[in-house]
Amino acid sequence: MIAFLKLLFRNRLAAMGAVVLSAILILALITPLLPLADPDAIATGDRFKRPFTEGHLLGTDHLGRDLLSRLLWGTRLSLAVGIFAALIAASVGSAIGIIAGYFGGRTDNVIMRGVDMLMAFPYILLALAIVAALGPGLTNALIAVAAVNIPFFARNIRGVTVGLAGREFIDAARLAGMGHGRIILTELLPNVASTIVIAMSTTVGWMILETAGLSFLGLGSQPPQADLGSILGEARSALITAPHTSIVPGVMIFLIVMSINLLGDGVRDALDPRLRSGALTRPRAVTLVERRGNVPRADQKGLLNIQELETQFHVGPRIYRAVNQVSLHVNPGEAVGVIGESGSGKSVTALSVMGLVASPPGVITGGAVRYDSEDLLAASYDSLRAKRGRNVAYIFQDPLSTLHPLYRVGDQLIEAIQAHNRVPEAEARAKAIELFRAVRIPNPESRIRNFPHEMSGGMRQRVGIAMAMANDPDVIIADEPTTALDVTVQAQILSLLDDLRRERGLAIIFITHDFGVVAQLCDRVAVMYAGRIVEEGPTETILEHPAHPYTKKLMACVPELGGGKRRLAAIPGLPPQVHDLPPGCAFAPRCHKATDACREGEILLEGTETHTARCIHPEEELA
Amino acid sequence: MTALKVDDLSKTFPVGGGLFRAPKAAVRAVRPMSFEVAKGETLGIVGESGCGKSTLARMLVGLLEPTTGRIEIEGKPLDNADPAAFGKLIQYVFQDPVSSLNPRKTIRQIMEAPLKRLYGMGRAERAARIREIFASVNLREEFLDRYPHEFSGGQAQRIGVARALAAAPRIIILDEPVSALDVSVQAQVLNLLADLKGEFNLTYLFISHDLAVVEAVSDRILVLYFGTVVEVGPAEEVFKTPRHPYTKLLADSAPVVGRPLKAPEQKDSELPDPLNPPPGCAFAGRCPRATPECVAEVPDLRPLGEHQLAACIHPHEY
Repeated sequence: MIAFLKLLFRNRLAAMGAVVLSAILILALITPLLPLADPDAIATGDRFKRPFTEGHLLGTDHLGRDLLSRLLWGTRLSLAVGIFAALIAASVGSAIGIIAGYFGGRTDNVIMRGVDMLMAFPYILLALAIVAALGPGLTNALIAVAAVNIPFFARNIRGVTVGLAGREFIDAARLAGMGHGRIILTELLPNVASTIVIAMSTTVGWMILETAGLSFLGLGSQPPQADLGSILGEARSALITAPHTSIVPGVMIFLIVMSINLLGDGVRDALDPRLRSGALTRPRAVTLVERRGNVPRADQKGLLNIQELETQFHVGPRIYRAVNQVSLHVNPGEAVGVIGESGSGKSVTALSVMGLVASPPGVITGGAVRYDSEDLLAASYDSLRAKRGRNVAYIFQDPLSTLHPLYRVGDQLIEAIQAHNRVPEAEARAKAIELFRAVRIPNPESRIRNFPHEMSGGMRQRVGIAMAMANDPDVIIADEPTTALDVTVQAQILSLLDDLRRERGLAIIFITHDFGVVAQLCDRVAVMYAGRIVEEGPTETILEHPAHPYTKKLMACVPELGGGKRRLAAIPGLPPQVHDLPPGCAFAPRCHKATDACREGEILLEGTETHTARCIHPEEELA
Repeated sequence: MTALKVDDLSKTFPVGGGLFRAPKAAVRAVRPMSFEVAKGETLGIVGESGCGKSTLARMLVGLLEPTTGRIEIEGKPLDNADPAAFGKLIQYVFQDPVSSLNPRKTIRQIMEAPLKRLYGMGRAERAARIREIFASVNLREEFLDRYPHEFSGGQAQRIGVARALAAAPRIIILDEPVSALDVSVQAQVLNLLADLKGEFNLTYLFISHDLAVVEAVSDRILVLYFGTVVEVGPAEEVFKTPRHPYTKLLADSAPVVGRPLKAPEQKDSELPDPLNPPPGCAFAGRCPRATPECVAEVPDLRPLGEHQLAACIHPHEY
């Protein structure tokens, strides 16, 4: 709650709105206690007194009634009616929306078509029709305004509910024996409540305005009762001769609606989960580089050489050391595997190479990434952008979320080609078809016109690979490219990547959590744990003679086909959080070999020329 | 003794159509299938995405009404789609542990729901029962007053298992229970499930796309393809001596350390179009052994070898 208020008041306009609105609300609340003149006392002799005359701070109206008193009493009434109408509209509209969204199908169809019909009328016409049917009066105006706003809530809440109703916790509640009513009240309602509050805070201002509008037309509050609309309506005839009678209620309406809307927008922004995470700004085009200490010197290893890379996430007071002193290189025609569990820093390592880690909160705090000896971390945005895709390309895990859903896959591929080469459309199209053929998509000429949703997962990932190949890169970084795919499709994609690197001398960095995949594709492998490489070496050596206890235990956890029914080895405990790492070896708390020496000081990655491990009690002697 | 018996169960979804229009077409997500699960057995169900394994699971727990067929639990038929009636006999553990827990409720509120709704237990009785269950799934009691987002995937999945146990079911359906978890945690959860099975005398249906995991936990395995059972057999035999060419393809595709990389099939291996299903065996289009007879009619499951059954005219022989 305090965090929410802090976030809300960081927005200056919302804070201003909150201050003005609270002042008005307090005034409205204490109106009966204030020494005000009777708002309905007529004194025709004193009509149209200017503001600041004695006894009438804001002057008087056409019947000589005190304007200040009428204004405060009117504000009180208008606010009450507006808020009440908003509550009615929110409860009825949300109830309709939740029911339609939860039951779906025919219920949803019938209810929402009804709501659509209500929305098809211009709202003021509908309100007028309702008042005409019920007769003028404030209560009827309130009903009309509430009714007119029901569709807004119904549609909004239905949208949110549809998303929630398909979630697994609703199914779980059903299996726990809950009925529909209870699921709606205890499972759905708490989850849509914040949306209802947001929708209300943004519409209450409109409802006050609409009530004022009806009163202005003489359909709302009846004389002598004053609300802001009727004060304005009565002052209309004296607009030129006594402008203050219109300006005073006009300014009040403006202040109320403006402050409510500013505050409402602030509340919406503060409750939005994307903004709540602290990132009120869009990520920069390149990851922020703030290197402390010396940049490592070029050591001429590999085509792409990551040296002592450090990438951190700064979230509030916490520093997450996602990548800590990682060194890795890859040669042309070589496939290097990076294996680790979620949170081990393998994806952040990959994204850091081309400055693709979102900043804020990501910051590269040390190390170098050398491509052909040039330090990419020191490169300008333009030069980095020229290299993205042309020299180093990426393949991501989920091709459905990386392809734009509204463009044909061929057009997206052509765009990727043209981003680096100014070739005519026809030539780019021919190249796209050729790429589709290279990744073995059948009937490339017709497939090129497909939208992403028209393709299967395997076909989409082939498009992803074709896109990575579009500008003949030298290095491809594949981040779990087969994790979302079925095994039969995974086998095809892996053999395709293997062919491509052999045919074209591609260097591949392959990120995965699957030892089977690494064993089949990669020449070398690096094992990551809690942001650091704990072991690196040729794939065969590591699979047969793992040196780090973590590597050995992790491999034992992976069931292999052909073993029959059995108990699996597990690693006790959980991986550590990278903002709160223990001193020494991060794996020590889960390791059966750990001694006191493991829990202090820096443990180095040591071993032979080709096989290294970060362990003082290795499973195999490395010398 | 039979814990679960499924007879001629199928599900057809209408496609298209609106308020006043009849559906344009129908997709048969699950074609009529029959199988039995013995008490105390773990039946593994494998298949690729779109093969109907989740639809089958949702029918078994009453979240979807079957189009045809009947479900029997311990000899008693269940034909009304009231999840509460199913709830006491059969429970479900979801794939995504975090999204199966209501983010706005504490773990205690989540755990209490089945005890209150299905068994009408009082407050003290509930607290005692929750304590018991939490002890058996190795969770600390202080977790009870926290909210779901505070837990890691492995812990959340153990809470999901604990909730299923709270209903004291006879059968638990595990729908990809470990595929969202890291390998080191995956083994913890699988071993816990194995322990609980003995402790609470449970029967499992274990659904997964990971062949090695299914093989490691199951007694028998059922292979689904395009809504049909193509092969059934003991876990140790199904992938060692696959009879159906599809099972063989699956077994050959799984990445295995030390096996050279090769694509087991090079053709355009799209799944058949569910709106326009092929005649005969659905796998015929991808099958290296297919002959014209395969397209003529749908093959029935028939016994092959000692314990296996496969729906194939030209099965692999060993």
